[in-house]
Amino acid sequence: MMNKDWRPFWLAVLPPVFGLALLIGIWALVSIGTKGSIPSPYETGLQAIDVFSDPFYRKGPNDQGVGWNVLMSLERVAVGFGLAALVGIPAGFVIGRFAFLSRMFNPLISLLRPVSPLAWLPIGLLVFKGANPAAIWTIFICSIWPMVINTAVGVQRVPQDYMNVARVLNLSEWKIATTILFPAVLPYMLTGVRLAVGTAWLVIVAAEMLTGGVGIGFWVWDEWNNLNVKNIIIAIFVIGGVGLVLEYALIRVATAFSYEDVKS
Amino acid sequence: MNTDKFIQIQDVEQTFKTAKGLFPALRDIQLNIAKGEFVALIGHSGCGKSTLLNLIAGLTTPTHGVLLCANREIAGPGPDRAVVFQNHSLLPWLTCFDNVYLGIERVFGRTETKAQLRTRTDAALAMVSLSHAALKRPGEISGGMKQRVGIARALAMEPKVLLMDEPFGALDALTRARLQDELLEIVAKTQATVVMVTHDVDEAVLLSDKIVMMTNGPAATIGEVLAVDLPRPRSRIALADNAQYQQYRKAVIDFLYTRQGHVEKAA
Repeated sequence: MMNKDWRPFWLAVLPPVFGLALLIGIWALVSIGTKGSIPSPYETGLQAIDVFSDPFYRKGPNDQGVGWNVLMSLERVAVGFGLAALVGIPAGFVIGRFAFLSRMFNPLISLLRPVSPLAWLPIGLLVFKGANPAAIWTIFICSIWPMVINTAVGVQRVPQDYMNVARVLNLSEWKIATTILFPAVLPYMLTGVRLAVGTAWLVIVAAEMLTGGVGIGFWVWDEWNNLNVKNIIIAIFVIGGVGLVLEYALIRVATAFSYEDVKS
Repeated sequence: MNTDKFIQIQDVEQTFKTAKGLFPALRDIQLNIAKGEFVALIGHSGCGKSTLLNLIAGLTTPTHGVLLCANREIAGPGPDRAVVFQNHSLLPWLTCFDNVYLGIERVFGRTETKAQLRTRTDAALAMVSLSHAALKRPGEISGGMKQRVGIARALAMEPKVLLMDEPFGALDALTRARLQDELLEIVAKTQATVVMVTHDVDEAVLLSDKIVMMTNGPAATIGEVLAVDLPRPRSRIALADNAQYQQYRKAVIDFLYTRQGHVEKAA
């Protein structure tokens, strides 16, 4: 009886545990193979306890706790991403709604989108004359494309039936935007937001390595200069963990706003 | 105004540009619809009956010819010609009440108070016996109920013309019969002019004053117009044994399957 009840639990828990064990096993082998220049999981674990026991200490501008580093990075992502949403979502709406604008901006988007956002960093440094705004600028550039493109595609894919309703009722452009376009496009828009946040979180680490200051990316680079590999590995797990939480939160938001019965 | 020619369709031709070149959908359409008349457009699939309805709605413009409604050219869609769509086309993120309110607000919003608009919406939902579902979303109600909300939305705007594109096509036979009866009552009450696309012979004879039978496409046109001279109010049970009803029915079936049937086989 007990056996039967526990089986689904173990089937749910064991595979991820095995996956994690496999990762740590390979890591341990690599550590042994490199004669300790990659620290062992055990050593790193001890270091992690030390790092996380005081995440919010401040000892000068270049030596702050991991908590501050993560928060500073998240703040840059939030500001850059927020500005991108402010510009990108309305831009996506008009590009999707008006064929002329779509034809006008599509070549520009196609040309600029494949460019690595880091290539824009020097321009940011030049224009804003500061490391922090330049990093935010880089985040802005990398998160604007998914939002423009997904919003525009969403607007173009609004079912013709709904647009016919709008035409028969002779709704004003504002009413069309608020009662038909916006709700119909919301799921597409949220996909764009998810992609944008994911990319922004990837890019912030690289951008901060180049700009310095306080941030998780700079922390990685700083610990590399200190040859503190244990902290680099801890940083990798922190970056992954934060990314996972962001992704999960946005998926939850997206499912709350999608209408399953749109087709029925 | 000449009430016999409330809607006039003159020399209308509709050609679509497709990937394979020009596709002639309709040619040489001449039709007059009187005020308060119930007209059914019937024909095989692809005969352009929905195309003709969209032209009257103003959702598309004809390649040639002219359509008039109340002596004014139909230049685009408008709330005076309400459409009940085949797939109901309710907005899934609005409640039934808000779906109906959307149209009412557009038509009466400038002249009436919010309270009056809400009263109209309640009345429209009551007319299709859906007051209890007012606060539900379309995803939470059955297909027949959705179609009734669609009808309520259209009628609540007090349109000059009600255009229906196979409104009951996707419903089961029992629901369809009930909605047809409801529609008969509503039309008798509101004296609305109705143009309905259908492929159901019984539906056409039961509801219409005039059945417009269309030839097979491409380049379809009106093959024959049958005036249905049955007294109203009509009851489907009484009509089942009515000899005149059977004659009308036979005339439509004869047109669809004897005279127009072979063309489809060849296609």
